[in-house]
Amino acid sequence: MDITLIYYLVPSLVMFCCGVYGFLTRRNMIAMLISLELMLNAVDINFVVFNRYLFPGTMEGMMFTLFGIAIAAAETALAIAIIINLFRVSKNIDVRAVTEMKF
Amino acid sequence: MDYSQFLAMKQEIGLLIVFLLVFLYDTFFSKKAQGALPVVTCVVFALYTLFGFICPCVKESATAFGGMYFTSPVLVAIKNILNVGALIVMIQAVNWADTDFIKVRRGEFYELMLLTLFGMYLMMSSNHFLVFVIGLETASLPLAAMVAFNKNHFESHEAAVKYLLTAVFSSAIMLMGLSLVYATAGTLYYDGIFIAMIYSDINVMVVVALAFVMAGFGFKLSLVPFHLWTADVYQGAPTPVTSYLSVISKGSAAFAFLVVLTQAFGFLYADAWEWMLYALIILTITVGNLFAMRQRNMKRFLAFSSISQAGYIMLAIVGLNEMGVSALMFYVLVYIFSNLAAFGVIGSIEHAAGKVDMDDYNGLYKTNPRLAVTMMLAMFSLAGIPPFAGFFSKFFVFTSALSGPGTGAALYVLVLIALINTIISLYYYLLVVKAMFINDSETPIATFRSTFAQRLGMWVCTAGILGLGIVSYFYDYLLTVVE
Repeated sequence: MDITLIYYLVPSLVMFCCGVYGFLTRRNMIAMLISLELMLNAVDINFVVFNRYLFPGTMEGMMFTLFGIAIAAAETALAIAIIINLFRVSKNIDVRAVTEMKF
Repeated sequence: MDYSQFLAMKQEIGLLIVFLLVFLYDTFFSKKAQGALPVVTCVVFALYTLFGFICPCVKESATAFGGMYFTSPVLVAIKNILNVGALIVMIQAVNWADTDFIKVRRGEFYELMLLTLFGMYLMMSSNHFLVFVIGLETASLPLAAMVAFNKNHFESHEAAVKYLLTAVFSSAIMLMGLSLVYATAGTLYYDGIFIAMIYSDINVMVVVALAFVMAGFGFKLSLVPFHLWTADVYQGAPTPVTSYLSVISKGSAAFAFLVVLTQAFGFLYADAWEWMLYALIILTITVGNLFAMRQRNMKRFLAFSSISQAGYIMLAIVGLNEMGVSALMFYVLVYIFSNLAAFGVIGSIEHAAGKVDMDDYNGLYKTNPRLAVTMMLAMFSLAGIPPFAGFFSKFFVFTSALSGPGTGAALYVLVLIALINTIISLYYYLLVVKAMFINDSETPIATFRSTFAQRLGMWVCTAGILGLGIVSYFYDYLLTVVE
């Protein structure tokens, strides 16, 4: 059996959609962060797979993925720092509690 | 490797030098000398801004790093404009940086601000989506840390969480779109994508990718279906950060949007993105205006006002002509002065009296006439009343939208809706003026004298509002640069 492009693209799409769904429905900020990570990783898979199957002579997509991983790590570190600070102030990381300002 | 290519990026290198100087000052100077850090930063950055204007910078377009980095006189001009705005924000932040709790970390504030500015530079002058994404993240991640700067305020953290989660969500969506673009074009260079698209038919995947990329930009620019974070973040963030977010971050994102739409996606897909843009503009201007009316907190009020202003900035892109580029830059310049004047007044009142509600401004003219007049000028300019700069920026934006190659009935309807909305916006901008001049108050804000830095910032902004409205040199200059 040949492993073709579609075998990678479908899981990546499912991952992306799970990420969007999780981001919209989860109420715990850490869980929301995990969902964001899923979305970013789905994009990384996309880039690598497109590079490998469609444009095998080049490296552009792979390089993009490397930078994408680094950016995702930076974003997670910052988000966790902010969430920890929020927890220190309010003892809660449920997004339903973060509603001081509205409308 | 050809080291002479670094000469193309004089401004980036200059900004990095400023950053390093501030960083070294912050790290190695004694505690006593730390007090002077905000002033030192302002002076060094002012010198750098001057250098941007007078140096024999890029006379023609140049590239670096294998074409990934691109610069031209237009980009030098927009970077200079953003420098001016950032300088005013820095000056206005001097006193805020000296307050308790902020004092110990004031160096970090200025360093993060310079870094975000560097990210915006990269984002605007990229010619490759990789550099663009790096610039975008360099611009938006430190901003989240700046929003969370009031460590002991719950609102500040709430705003930071809302900003960061939506920013990352939007950039993930945008990256998904970019991966689809990569799949069709096989390259991420803007010109490479442009050429690849010319030689192929209209592709549905590219249209989907375009929608994703536009959604990502919509978050950054707070265009309407994606604007929900804006008001909360503006309200919760410290006032200097709010003013920085509302002018510099928005202006650079708007210019980057223009570059991406015209250079990467080009005219082949203009049919697809123009309709999306029309819908976004109409929604943005209308919803921004309608929600601004019911706000009582001044920062939230200016947040919704800035949402509707973003819609007007987008109008400059619709025209797809050289005049649109210069109109966009002029609009950003005028918007910097008018909005920063308003935020300067809000910031100094918050600093002196701790009040940010519109009702607190009742009777301000009787106690603090100068502040009230500055605020009035800012409101008139934002609303677009003739002798002031705001009128001309709106005028040029409308003209450029209608003088594009594809003028149809839809375009006229679009501009008409935008025009009607300027009239609606008069109502809420004048509400502030009415509160200050006509309404009486039992407990008006006591008479106080703003500090020197705050006055300096407001004087520069007032001069800008009046000068840009009367002197036509600036717009002519921008137009010649674009041509």
